[in-house]
Amino acid sequence: MKPPVFEYHRPASLTEAVDMLGGLENARLLAGGQSLMPMLAMRFAFPDHLIDLNRIPALAGIAEDGGTLRVGAMTRQRDLLDHPVVRARLPMLAEALEQVGHRQTRNRGTVGGSLCHLDPAAELVAVATALDAELEIAGPRGARTLPMAAFPLGFMTPALEPDELLTGLRFALPALPQGACFTEFARRHGDYAIVSAAAILWPRDGRIGRASITLGGVGPVPVRLEAAEAALAGQRADAESFAAAAACCGALDPMDDAQVPAWYRRRLAATLVRRALTTAWERADVR
Amino acid sequence: MHDVTLCLNGDVHRIRVEARRTLLDAIREDCGATGTHAGCEHGVCGACTVLLDGEPVRSCLMFAVQADGRELRTVEGLAKDGVLHKLQQSFIDHHALQCGYCTPGFLMLAAGLIEADPDLSDAALIDGLSANLCRCTGYANIVAAVRAVLGRAPS
Repeated sequence: MKPPVFEYHRPASLTEAVDMLGGLENARLLAGGQSLMPMLAMRFAFPDHLIDLNRIPALAGIAEDGGTLRVGAMTRQRDLLDHPVVRARLPMLAEALEQVGHRQTRNRGTVGGSLCHLDPAAELVAVATALDAELEIAGPRGARTLPMAAFPLGFMTPALEPDELLTGLRFALPALPQGACFTEFARRHGDYAIVSAAAILWPRDGRIGRASITLGGVGPVPVRLEAAEAALAGQRADAESFAAAAACCGALDPMDDAQVPAWYRRRLAATLVRRALTTAWERADVR
Repeated sequence: MHDVTLCLNGDVHRIRVEARRTLLDAIREDCGATGTHAGCEHGVCGACTVLLDGEPVRSCLMFAVQADGRELRTVEGLAKDGVLHKLQQSFIDHHALQCGYCTPGFLMLAAGLIEADPDLSDAALIDGLSANLCRCTGYANIVAAVRAVLGRAPS
């Protein structure tokens, strides 16, 4: 189908974009368009105005800044995936990005667009939660920052006021040795995950010092498996402790949908948590 | 209405389009280059893949007005002086098409992949080609055709 009629706006600066967003009724931002365009074509979205952010150079770009990697919201997923600092220091982010759509969509799709679309099964949403990314938001009342954990308010609902937009995000570059793994199950490579799991393990004295486990696709927003994280701290990293952590997935309350029933997501989550923890530990380079 | 200039296979097209005109429809309807095929029109099948400044994109997932001033290559730009591009010839040699509907998208995707990395691994090639759908189940022959262009023997 063809997209509905709308008025097109192309701001040249962030200030201009913020003014338009605050001044136009029923306006939507157009980032990479890889989710919004299908929504327009299928007539799920009827904006009166589209504000195209693609020609605001200041919104795109990747910069290492002290111990953090700053990523502009309009950075293409492909550019982040190919960035040498991501490959070397945040390999779990690259691992997740490789599973976001396909080359064509990553060439256009943006990091900020995916986060703001906030599909519960989106890889970038899960991995940004796992990596505790800090979000930069701009609006008519100025700029503010927000931890990723506070960004999803509910199903596809980011903590943005109608006149605010995401301008960038910061990933802390790991200081302590760790092992991390992002893994997912999708019916076809490149589809949204049915369930995804991201695990980070920080070894200490040959055991697990600290663990971080994040699941995507098991609820309206990403879930941190806090019970399992607490249970793993100080434990030996073996099949038994990983199985115990995976068993915490029994308490999840995922949704049924046309694709799979809730029990299947729960089973899948447990399997993926176990696999992610096992691989993360193999990568932790414990000596 | 918006005035848009597209550089399509080296030719400049000055067109006037509604904002909602997709790049795909502009290429086909306004520039008259119907080699690029409209499949699902919502970013699933890859049939409309074109090269935007050398990189494969789905032309149904972009508005024509966004491509103003950008360089586009479509299947019409592959053959030179009546001689087929090596990918086109290889598709014929390896029977990599049946009905041919997905073929322009696969050709442009493959062209983008191998131009970006002439030493593309088999795994990366299969990963890249997995973006597009072929309903005649011709994937094995499509992979074989592109591998041949990369100088690799049939597996």
